[in-house]
Amino acid sequence: MELTVFWFILITVLFTGFFILEGFDYGVGTLLPFMSDDDSDRRMVLRTIAPVWDGNEVWMITAGGALFAAFPHVYATMFSAFYLALFLMLLALILRGVAFELRSRHESASWRKGFDCAIFFGSFLPAILWGVAVADLIGGLPINDKMIYEGNFFNLLTPHSVLGGIAFLLVFAYHGASFLTIRLKEQHLLDKAKSIANKVGVAAIVAFVLFGAATVTMTDFGESALATLILAVAAVAFVAGFSAMRKNCGKCSFIMSSAAIGLTTVAFFTALFPRLMVSSLNPAFSLTIFNAASTDYTLSIMTKAALLLVPIVLLYQGFTYYIFRKRVSREDLGEH
Amino acid sequence: MEALELSRWQFAITTVYHFFFVPVTLGLSIFTALLETCFVITKREKWKPVCKKLTKFFGTLFLINFAMGVVTGIVQEFHFGMNWSEYSRFMGDIFGAPLALEALTAFFLESTFLGIWMFGWDKLSPKLHLATIWLVAIGSNLSAFWILVANSFMQHPVGYALMNGRAEMANFTALVTNPYVVGEYSHALFAGIATSGFVVIAVSAWKILHDEVSKAAFETTLKAGAVFMLIGLFGVMGSGHLHTQYMLKANPMKLSSMEALWETENPAPFAVVAKINKEEKKNDFEIAVPGVFSFMLYNKPEGEVKGINDLQKMNETMYGPGNYIPDVTGLFWSFRAMVGAGGFMMFVAGVTLLLAWKGWIKKFPCVLKAIPFLLPAAYVANSAGWYVAEGGRQPWIVVGLQKTADAVSPNLTGGEVLLTTVGFTLVYLVLAVLALYAAFRFIKNTTVAEGSDA
Repeated sequence: MELTVFWFILITVLFTGFFILEGFDYGVGTLLPFMSDDDSDRRMVLRTIAPVWDGNEVWMITAGGALFAAFPHVYATMFSAFYLALFLMLLALILRGVAFELRSRHESASWRKGFDCAIFFGSFLPAILWGVAVADLIGGLPINDKMIYEGNFFNLLTPHSVLGGIAFLLVFAYHGASFLTIRLKEQHLLDKAKSIANKVGVAAIVAFVLFGAATVTMTDFGESALATLILAVAAVAFVAGFSAMRKNCGKCSFIMSSAAIGLTTVAFFTALFPRLMVSSLNPAFSLTIFNAASTDYTLSIMTKAALLLVPIVLLYQGFTYYIFRKRVSREDLGEH
Repeated sequence: MEALELSRWQFAITTVYHFFFVPVTLGLSIFTALLETCFVITKREKWKPVCKKLTKFFGTLFLINFAMGVVTGIVQEFHFGMNWSEYSRFMGDIFGAPLALEALTAFFLESTFLGIWMFGWDKLSPKLHLATIWLVAIGSNLSAFWILVANSFMQHPVGYALMNGRAEMANFTALVTNPYVVGEYSHALFAGIATSGFVVIAVSAWKILHDEVSKAAFETTLKAGAVFMLIGLFGVMGSGHLHTQYMLKANPMKLSSMEALWETENPAPFAVVAKINKEEKKNDFEIAVPGVFSFMLYNKPEGEVKGINDLQKMNETMYGPGNYIPDVTGLFWSFRAMVGAGGFMMFVAGVTLLLAWKGWIKKFPCVLKAIPFLLPAAYVANSAGWYVAEGGRQPWIVVGLQKTADAVSPNLTGGEVLLTTVGFTLVYLVLAVLALYAAFRFIKNTTVAEGSDA
């Protein structure tokens, strides 16, 4: 296999991992204010993601690093094109990361409510922005023959991309709710998570299907039969997860929403292939694995490193989830 | 102001702010791991609970600091693409590799095992739990290594070939074994140990004075912190000295600029103070000690050191017309601030250790009172050090290969960069206040003693 193709696949894998893993902790963060007003309840909700959210976020940082190493032109064009969007995302992630750490450091209600607010916005905003970004990547952006972005912040916002933002937010919120149903122990919180899942789920299905349909018809996504098929399977999986939730199988629902998110990511990258960013000015200006890649020498070194390290990372991250497999109860709040 | 100037300011602000936290992450992770090692392996029943509580005490300070370092670190990684897209295009084939390796080898390791460490006290055996904090310490320090591999390339490019309009990697081993890495990495690691040692003695001194119950435990960490700090300071001095000698070959313009040495001299004097005249490219006034600069570089009182004006001519011959002189005034005084603050820290650490070791510290409560207020010296030294490193390579972003002015993202407007610069700076300020408040409150309210619940 060509190394550039391998790296396209690896970046797909990294984003897939990122959206599945960080998807549920964005979801949990977004749902935090709606789960309960009681501080112990909120601490239990946060405790479900506390040991893992930082490791989940590294999937995004690694995807960024991998783009830089393997497709430097994509890294350069994408990050400078999404300038103000990324600025908002960084502010959100800064607030969120610090809030997780500082929230427990003071007992006062205003201190905790303030940081809960930061966790909410810090989870809500990136979820939307990722949806906008993914829609823009396939929908195309004004990128010129020098690979330089010719638009501004408002070119990033189209009806299609805004729909993408809403769909990502709702799907992640649902994903977070189903995660909570398998990680919490207290009955009243479980009931709350289920009732939220049942409400958000309907909206998420509608947004998912509308966004999928808009993507297939409004962009050249539909030209790839394989991508369209994968996306359809993802939609079916998502709906199946929702109906499993109605039958009180949180685990089935979480597995299905993970599969739906993963398959959606794979579908988008399949439709993009061999492109990574589409130019709306001229298809020839699109950034592809051919014109945006690093040298074979760099790619071969990075391939060895990735083949060695990614399995190890998966092993020890899996170990974390194994250690923290027990449902979170009031007893876990003693410490920290 | 233009996007270029503002992007430089933004990068400088973020780097300096980020590096308030990084040294403490590097050093305090090791210190916390050592405390937990004490807890796990000590045979003295009296020490076991105290070591555990101290582990959690300094571990919590480490966590607050770590969170601040991580979130600003993400900004750093995104910054290259957001504000410096042409740099990323030109350098990506080389520069992206250490960044991706940093994420794969270090970020995953530290963030995953820190999560286990924080919440796994009663879920893992003590030995396995101890292993997680050591993995965090290894991850943090590995991360510093990779980013300094990347930075060293900017200071002193090796193992590359200019092809297809960009710098392409020709030799990965050369990139990683760049002698510049040895100097930068060891200097940063020891600076981290020294800074963390200072944090430990500052906190301990305050606790000894204000917390009767915890006094005994913090008298021990006062000693341990002072030793840790001295180890760091000797390391900083040694690595700084060797690195300066290496710069004579690798980076002569930076070297002569930080000494404001305008004309080539042999032996070269060391100016203690100077009134620098950038326009006429000379010093209007200086107090200089003859031969000392040469001595620092050659270990003997003779040896030629090229002056800035000759280096400027050499650069013009090599790279064409232009101004290749960095901010001499800023470098000259930053270097003195760094060395002065470092020397002062040596004095503080030495006095503290002597008094603590001999048990005299109780007779000098004024010393204990003063130590926390002297802590900013470490932050001055760290920030000034980065100014020397990064200011000293200007006007280049990669010395000899690409100028900073050619590296900025062409699609950005001044207004956009102004908005983000103001936004980041405000958030940094607010968060620094909140984090400091949380840390002070924690220090004040947490007791460490046998039998008490920590």
